[in-house]
Amino acid sequence: MLENHAKLMHFFASSDEIIGRKKLQKIIYILKKCDVPFEDRYQFHFYGPYSEELTLRIEELCNLGFINETREEKKNYYQYRYRLTDAGKDFLNHYQVEFPDIGEPVAKMKEKSSRFLELVSTMLYFEHLPREEVEEKVFTVKSKQNYSEEEIEEAWGFIEEIRHTTH
Amino acid sequence: MAYKDEKLNEEKVFKDPVHRYVHIRDRVIWDLVGAPEFQRLRRIKQLGTSYLTFHGAEHSRFNHSLGVYEIVRRIIHNFEDRPNWDPNERLLCLCAALLHDLGHGPFSHSFEKVFKLDHEDFTQEILLGDTKINAILSKVENGFPKKVADVINKTYHNKLVVSLISSQIDADRMDYLQRDAYFTGVSYGHFDMERILRVMRPMEDQVVIKESGMHAVEDYIMSRYQMYWQVYFHPVTRSAEVILSKILHRAKELHETGYEFSLKPTHFLSFFKEKPTLKEYLELDEAVAMYYFQIWINEQDPILSDLCERFVNRRLFKYIEFNPNLQMNEWMELYRLFNKAGLNPDYYLVVDSSSDLPYDFYRPGEEEERLPIHLLMPNQELKELSRQSEIVESISGKKRTDHKLYFPLDRLEEMSNRSKTKKRILEILYG
Repeated sequence: MLENHAKLMHFFASSDEIIGRKKLQKIIYILKKCDVPFEDRYQFHFYGPYSEELTLRIEELCNLGFINETREEKKNYYQYRYRLTDAGKDFLNHYQVEFPDIGEPVAKMKEKSSRFLELVSTMLYFEHLPREEVEEKVFTVKSKQNYSEEEIEEAWGFIEEIRHTTH
Repeated sequence: MAYKDEKLNEEKVFKDPVHRYVHIRDRVIWDLVGAPEFQRLRRIKQLGTSYLTFHGAEHSRFNHSLGVYEIVRRIIHNFEDRPNWDPNERLLCLCAALLHDLGHGPFSHSFEKVFKLDHEDFTQEILLGDTKINAILSKVENGFPKKVADVINKTYHNKLVVSLISSQIDADRMDYLQRDAYFTGVSYGHFDMERILRVMRPMEDQVVIKESGMHAVEDYIMSRYQMYWQVYFHPVTRSAEVILSKILHRAKELHETGYEFSLKPTHFLSFFKEKPTLKEYLELDEAVAMYYFQIWINEQDPILSDLCERFVNRRLFKYIEFNPNLQMNEWMELYRLFNKAGLNPDYYLVVDSSSDLPYDFYRPGEEEERLPIHLLMPNQELKELSRQSEIVESISGKKRTDHKLYFPLDRLEEMSNRSKTKKRILEILYG
């Protein structure tokens, strides 16, 4: 029962607090691509890989009181923060699910901007292609973002680092 | 004349209950419709198990695919000569619209969950692999199949083209809402599509709606919301999905433990192991799957036999509302009691959540989560829909989720009235 929900709660237990919906989406996608067993299905969207399943699960966890969502009004937009509640911790104590330790990669990703995580997740989306084609794809589908060669180079390094910390 | 420009001598029309007529003039489109991989969609129902709730819902992905093609054809017709629209993309859009659901398998939702497949991968394989569809698209020009695959995969460079097939107000949704409403017979799902098509405007990387058309879009958003709760997520349909998933799980489990089926499940073997080849995938349509379910009613395994009999004869599970936070202890007790009663709880006690059947509610795209619907204001500024419409704001702000607990009440009722286990189970379930 609720195995995929429990995995997400483990994620929140390892991450203390996640700020931003876009960041949340991209972090889970990157972890999934690093073989962390999330089952949320992703599709490519305007801002890179996005999972409606994940959005719905988060909403369910909020409605159940397992995760707390707060909304802050910023200049031109709203920002959301997510944190595991005591009820969520209780549930996790009752519900044993095998899950790897992801504290380190999550901490590394939290430090990055959502723009950078969008780049990393987009590159991972095309990772089945040769390296040059991945970069070409990024310049094509993310032309508006104007990613620089340096950012792409940094993203390759970051992918390697994250893969290393999840294994 | 180049194949891509070839027109049929006379326009072909399909009579359609939703759009009245589907018009085909391009030779390429006509050839694609005749391809076996497209004809196969006649044997895949658009709404999976919903026919067990709404008896009219027997329409197929073939009907829907033609409908999406027709809507895109009409949108493009309206876009001709408008700024930002590239007429060279016309055929690409029509092909992508027609073929966007090509990879759907039988009862897509349950099959994909149980066997960990993704129909979108198979759509790509059909478009790019050794298929009749690929042969037709390849005749258009070098690299054309890849372009169609990219549009459907939403990775094509021209985002306006992608947004016609896939965005928060696209031809796909506009067809299935109306078609599903028509075939289920419900009165939700209707909106003024003609009006929406008239107020759609092509922008550099998305379709936007003229502000004067906001009320028509409000209707469309409302119909999405209502169709989800009233049709797509109907609790009886979910019961059928639960049973179907359990059938597939059981058959897979039996195969893995060396059980000898009375009829070798040839068409399922590759699904049980790893990913089936494209050929194997295409051979298992709903008619074939239903054949096996019928045969498995007579299997020795009592669980597989019972579940198949339930699915074929619509003897579905009953349900109660369930709150996993407040009722965790009850669930654990029920799990123990079901075992005691001889009902394997892994098959007969199932929690189903709204996220098990993802359906995209309108999202205002806060924090660039996803691209929202934009209204084109008289001063040419773009405004996000829910910031202008109170109706849309109230719907998109509401997070309605739900969990249900499914179980075979008939099996519990068959137990002796003196059974303490039965008494306690019913007490927990019904208070």
